[in-house]
Amino acid sequence: MIRCARDDSVFTLRTAVARLLHLSDAVAELVRDGDSVALEGFTHLIPFAAGHELLRQGRRDLELIRMTPDLLYDQLIGMGAARRLVFSYGGNPGVGSLHRFRDAIEHDWPHPIEIEEHSHAGMANRYAAGAADLPFAVLRGYAGTDLVAHTNVRFVDCPFTGERLAAVAALRPDVAIVHAQEADGDGNVQLWGIPGVQKEAVLAARRSLVTVERIVERLLPRPGAVVLPGWVLDAVAVAPGGSQPSYSEGITRRDNAFYRDWDEISRDRQRFSAWMQEHVLGKVAAR
Amino acid sequence: MSVAASTDEVQTVVAARRLASARTVFIGVGRPSIAAILARMVHNPDLVLIYESGTIGAKPFHIPLSIGDGELSETADTVVGVPEMFNYWIGAGRVDVGFLGAAQVDRYANLNSTVIGDYDHPRTRLPGAGGAPEIASSCGEVIVTVAHSRRTLVERLDFLTTVGHGDGPGARGRLGLRGRGPTAVITDLGVLEPDPSSAELTLTQLHPGVTVEQAREQTGWELAVAERPRITERPSDAELNALRELLAR
Repeated sequence: MIRCARDDSVFTLRTAVARLLHLSDAVAELVRDGDSVALEGFTHLIPFAAGHELLRQGRRDLELIRMTPDLLYDQLIGMGAARRLVFSYGGNPGVGSLHRFRDAIEHDWPHPIEIEEHSHAGMANRYAAGAADLPFAVLRGYAGTDLVAHTNVRFVDCPFTGERLAAVAALRPDVAIVHAQEADGDGNVQLWGIPGVQKEAVLAARRSLVTVERIVERLLPRPGAVVLPGWVLDAVAVAPGGSQPSYSEGITRRDNAFYRDWDEISRDRQRFSAWMQEHVLGKVAAR
Repeated sequence: MSVAASTDEVQTVVAARRLASARTVFIGVGRPSIAAILARMVHNPDLVLIYESGTIGAKPFHIPLSIGDGELSETADTVVGVPEMFNYWIGAGRVDVGFLGAAQVDRYANLNSTVIGDYDHPRTRLPGAGGAPEIASSCGEVIVTVAHSRRTLVERLDFLTTVGHGDGPGARGRLGLRGRGPTAVITDLGVLEPDPSSAELTLTQLHPGVTVEQAREQTGWELAVAERPRITERPSDAELNALRELLAR
């Protein structure tokens, strides 16, 4: 079997096709302590099963990257897995605060966390630059805001028009993990519905893992779908329901009641820890 | 005859009226979403709802909890990725109205959604910028809805997340921001609009039963008041019934 490449020249040394692995084996092989990890998903297709497996395997010191760190990152932060967080919106959409995220920043619990924050436009363009293997992206943004003094953004003059534009550094995570509806036997992946920034995250990352609801014999074209060919991925793992309480359009529904419940579960440190012990650490990844 | 409108309902109804002639509106969660769906029901059935999850032309029957609920993508004209949303649609200025909330608003309609207190040691860590900065810089105009209180309408922001009218007249042009910026801050007491010459938010409209003094009392700066503030037209039965029906779905 061809081993997946693990150095910076990964773009030329990728394995021929994504390997179909068990989720726990894929996480064990692809994610190491200290890695920068992007578990992407913009409300839809959030890779909860894979994130929970990271916790069960005790990964530490991670640089967690994500535009919208919602419940999954709240859980990873509250369990002490994150050293640093790179993000653009840290809330429970429509519900309110992420209490573990807030507790880490406001009270250093369970330990201090470093943050780097951007706007959505900044983060999306950083991923796009990473996917294109460019060093930075330009956009109209940041000008006049206090973000300029607190994050990594510069300003450049357009060489053609002279317009002043914001420049943001490319994101190149060590690992990207995303969830999709389906893959075929060669590890070609198809996702549909809200596509977020998953394609860019996978292409920007040195290593990648996609969890899927199901394996199908053949991918049938769907309107607006994103297809990731198996040869740009390292591993595919089957994780039915693996995006819950987020959802996989056409297969599962967003569990809005749980997003509301999380507000109470996560508010108290002890209750949070007990919940994680019971519902995450005490479980095993489905085979 | 229906029960009299609550202040909350008046605020939503007034926000929805602002969308009566817009073609496209970019909306965040909560009240903006309710107002935009209400506008489609009552004033402007062709209004194109755009959510930052990438759903363009969403036609939700229910009020979505998140900006990425399945009902939005299932009913959308098209669904695009986040880089495309911010670069081709918002950044390029294709959206008429951006609809935002905030934790703090200052007299030039600059917004804070990042922290309360010091950035490095915040008293309250808020979610952060999200899409707001570029929505406010690039949409044709911006409507802000907040609760009218000294906690929200502040003399000085703890953090400037999103530029409204910067430090006053001409600021947007100097910063290269292309849209017109905030044209209204709709509260539960009335409507503040930037003065055409000073760019400072001015009380131009009061909801029924609210006094200028009440609005002044609840504003964290010396609030400028229009010579004769308009009185908000009471929500019609059609507006109220539609809003209540929507909330009950």
